[in-house]
Amino acid sequence: MTKLEAVIQPTKLDAVKTALIAIGIDGLTVLEARGHGRQKGHTEFYRGREYSVDLLPKIKLEIVLRDERVDEVVKAIIGASQTGKIGDGKIFLSRIDEAIRIRNEERGNDAL
Amino acid sequence: MLVCSALVLMMTGPGLALFYGGLVRRKNVLSTLMHSFAMMGVVTVIWGVVGFSLAFGPGTSFIGNLQHLFLHGVGAAPDPDYAGTIPLQTFMVYQLMFAIITPALISGAFAERMKFSGMLLFLSLWSLIIYSPMAHMVWGKGGLLNASLGGRFPCLDFAGGTVVHITSGVSALMCALYLGKRKDYPLEQLPPHSVVLSFIGACMLWVGWFGFNAGSALSAGSLATSAFVATHFAAAAAALSWMAAEWIHEGHPSALGGISGAVAGLVAITPAAGFVGPMSALLIGLIAGPICYLMVAKVKVAFGYDDSLDAFGVHGVGGTLGAILTGVFASHYVNPMFKDAQGNVTGSGLFDGNAHQLLNQFAGVAIAWILAAVGTLILLKIVDVTVGLRVTQEQEVLGLDLTQHGQEGYSVD
Repeated sequence: MTKLEAVIQPTKLDAVKTALIAIGIDGLTVLEARGHGRQKGHTEFYRGREYSVDLLPKIKLEIVLRDERVDEVVKAIIGASQTGKIGDGKIFLSRIDEAIRIRNEERGNDAL
Repeated sequence: MLVCSALVLMMTGPGLALFYGGLVRRKNVLSTLMHSFAMMGVVTVIWGVVGFSLAFGPGTSFIGNLQHLFLHGVGAAPDPDYAGTIPLQTFMVYQLMFAIITPALISGAFAERMKFSGMLLFLSLWSLIIYSPMAHMVWGKGGLLNASLGGRFPCLDFAGGTVVHITSGVSALMCALYLGKRKDYPLEQLPPHSVVLSFIGACMLWVGWFGFNAGSALSAGSLATSAFVATHFAAAAAALSWMAAEWIHEGHPSALGGISGAVAGLVAITPAAGFVGPMSALLIGLIAGPICYLMVAKVKVAFGYDDSLDAFGVHGVGGTLGAILTGVFASHYVNPMFKDAQGNVTGSGLFDGNAHQLLNQFAGVAIAWILAAVGTLILLKIVDVTVGLRVTQEQEVLGLDLTQHGQEGYSVD
């Protein structure tokens, strides 16, 4: 089992969700995050004082998948969110030791 | 008048509460709301028991007596010296709303670091020792500065430029200097947590201010209308001129700038509202916007004091400016105030042929400054050595909502 974490632009969330549903992925966790890679932030002004905002809003997706499905999910996410510009985001893959469905305590791939 | 009283109370709650509340960090929003709200409770009691008497009872040039202790004699009968067409009780409750908002304004200077208990004691004493005497001098019978009732230095202050804004603004400066900066100021970023809340509050202030200024005519009619119009025009002009100053200086006109400008204009027109025409009001607003903007954006930063919510920059400076400009623009065509020995109406302000009036305006401004500055420092010292003024560093970091009030403004659920 593989955990897929994807940090994407918030504006791409709808497109990515649609792409994942289209290939039959229906388990998904979405987190609101802030961060940056090489993207620069912006400055805001309040009553004459400058504030630099370099933690930009991001969306983080977490999905745990059967190993066989990882490549098609990565392709779907990239296809829905890639623009070619700095700020597109990143995908990280890691190994998962176990998955358990709370409702009926199924384990392993059956729990995904 | 009852409607005006309600409008002025709305200016405090939730107007000022929201305006200030949105400007602080999330962890201090409740505490900031409570500063205004507490005044609604505390000042009411003090005013009812003795504050009204000290302000509006007959007495000396500086303070009223205790004739109206516990509101004795304050009933359905009008007092013609103050307002011949409304019950004295109406006048009392209207003035109460002014007494409530004035100390609440000061809280802008000590936001995010003041102990709730210290604040209660400090502002209670402030109401008695600074507000009532100043109100008496400008509006009370026999008051030194009372332009309507033969004061020695008749200072034109229609709705409280000196009584409300200068006293609270200067006091705010003293608080900021005495308490010191917030732990994170100016190195850390402390942006407002909700300009939306501040926006709502500021618009309530604008609307409520019609009660504050037009209501100071004390009856419906042409003077109330004139004050209403002047108030509105000054607010509009100042909102635009502050935004223009921001646009030039920073490259964007901002929402916070727009509402701050409107408030600055409203402050500046407060002493002038019932004495100037609409075009003068526009000018007063146009002038007040950039001056208060510079105070807040440049002067405060240059001097390095932490007047967190710009109580001095907007109210102290705006009020001073307004009081002086009242002496420039006041016109007997709008509101005849002075007569010569033969009983003929004479000019009110500089452009009205009365240059001397500026001296009286300066007298009012000076007395307000001195009373507020000296009185505040004394009261701060008293509270500091008894109850304590400032929260501990740990409390400041955790936030006043949790440490002073045991609640959070916004919970995750």
